[in-house]
Amino acid sequence: MAQTLSKPGGTQRPAPLRKPVKPLPFPLSLGQTAIGKKWLMALTGIGLIGFVVAHMVGNLHVYEGPAVMAEYAESLRTMFQGLLPRGTVVWVLRLGLIAMFAIHIWAAVTLNSMNIKASPGSYAGGRDYIAANFASRTMRWTGPIILLYVLFHLADLTWGWWLGDKFVHGDPYHNLAASFARPAVLIIYIIANIALALHIFHGAWSMFQSLGINNPKYNAARRGFAAGLAGLILVGNLSFPILSAAGLTDEDNRKCDPYAEEVLECLEEQLAESGH
Amino acid sequence: MEKTHSEKTMTLTLKVWRQEPGQTGGFQTYEAPGISEDMSFLEMLDVVNERLIEDGTPPIVFESDCREGICGTCNLMIDGRAHGPEKATATCQLHMRSYNDGDHITIEPWRAASFPIIRDLAVDRSPLDAIQEAGGYITAPTGSASDANLTPVPKPAADAAMDAAACIGCGACVAACPNSAAQLFTAAKVMHMNLLPQGQAERWQRTENMVETMEEYFGSCTNHGECHEACPKEISLDFIAMMNKDYVKSKIKNRKLSGQG
Repeated sequence: MAQTLSKPGGTQRPAPLRKPVKPLPFPLSLGQTAIGKKWLMALTGIGLIGFVVAHMVGNLHVYEGPAVMAEYAESLRTMFQGLLPRGTVVWVLRLGLIAMFAIHIWAAVTLNSMNIKASPGSYAGGRDYIAANFASRTMRWTGPIILLYVLFHLADLTWGWWLGDKFVHGDPYHNLAASFARPAVLIIYIIANIALALHIFHGAWSMFQSLGINNPKYNAARRGFAAGLAGLILVGNLSFPILSAAGLTDEDNRKCDPYAEEVLECLEEQLAESGH
Repeated sequence: MEKTHSEKTMTLTLKVWRQEPGQTGGFQTYEAPGISEDMSFLEMLDVVNERLIEDGTPPIVFESDCREGICGTCNLMIDGRAHGPEKATATCQLHMRSYNDGDHITIEPWRAASFPIIRDLAVDRSPLDAIQEAGGYITAPTGSASDANLTPVPKPAADAAMDAAACIGCGACVAACPNSAAQLFTAAKVMHMNLLPQGQAERWQRTENMVETMEEYFGSCTNHGECHEACPKEISLDFIAMMNKDYVKSKIKNRKLSGQG
């Protein structure tokens, strides 16, 4: 152990930056410490990645045309309909997502303020980064970008704030095509999904460390797993705005007029004809 | 005497952080002529200090002790890297052959809110001692020494514990961490005992107390991995994962029934 030079005026230790807190009962006590918060961040991160993957895979239905896309959207509401009223499952999932987001963000904000307090600022002469990569150093920026994007995305395609009369409830194919028809929106989607992929690239590696999942048998694969996952999500999610801009979500040769009263019935009929 | 290599000397320009107690510091520039490539970095600073003393300038304060890379006393941020450019090398084991004639070298102290500067390049690292005091010990019987090999230790556990015990407590991990976290130091100090049978009695208590003391002084780990790169003993990030697991276990475990503190 390093011996520290005695300071003029005594050998008193620097004051702690944080006072110890009275421990709460078990699961809550994890939220009181940094390692516990990282653990919660990792667990909620896994849940959120699960959502991102499921959301992306589900949205791939857009490439099967407006009828199949509408059927997929409706199926989210009618999940377990024999057992539960319409929309129950989707709302349970939504509440879970909101809770995971809240915990993830709360842990990030409190840990960030702890880190700012602990590090007095950068080195006056500059410093070299050897292991830290762009993704790991920008987590505190990609995180807020993703949050703002999620809110934007909800307002855009769930609540239809900006599409106005063009927003057709229950016809996601049309809404998506209408939204991507605006170049500014296209750019927002592309930037936000790059931020999301960067966030996942660091997060999907970091979560193994935070949870203490460590085994020489697969440690070497952890980085590859994170890169693969981030790459998969990047390609899948970027395909929507890019292929849409390239004309794949073509509204001109649709059989059902999105603005007609009976658009949903028309889509359903079309689905029945195609033998779904 | 037969020369085995050339007596090459170089002239360097040093930008050194100077700071009086209780005052704000700043960089001072010094010329360092006549530096041999066989000198260690600290010997180079000794030469510079000799000259400063002759000129009536107060010498640059820096810490060192064993000068053979095993005590963890030397601590310099050299050109933005803790312990300088060489991997797995403490400042005292860094030699001037890593530099060329005419090089400019920036030397700064470790920076962390819990490492206040004492003077110039010397910082107070005693918060690391606070972590150690919180649980860095085992219960061992005093009296006559027990027979050798009385306690069986699996070879992999002995090796891993030895790797963790290589930590010299220099604080480079804290200095290199963008969050000023002491995770690598604490993980090494916790795990070298938690891995061995002798460390089991206080395993969970040790993990809990050392981690929570660490968090009173330092930041939180965001898994950049800078600490491992800076570490003169190349302590593995795996120990951080192991400590994280043991910490959460220490919170869950029924220690009364498992008979462990």
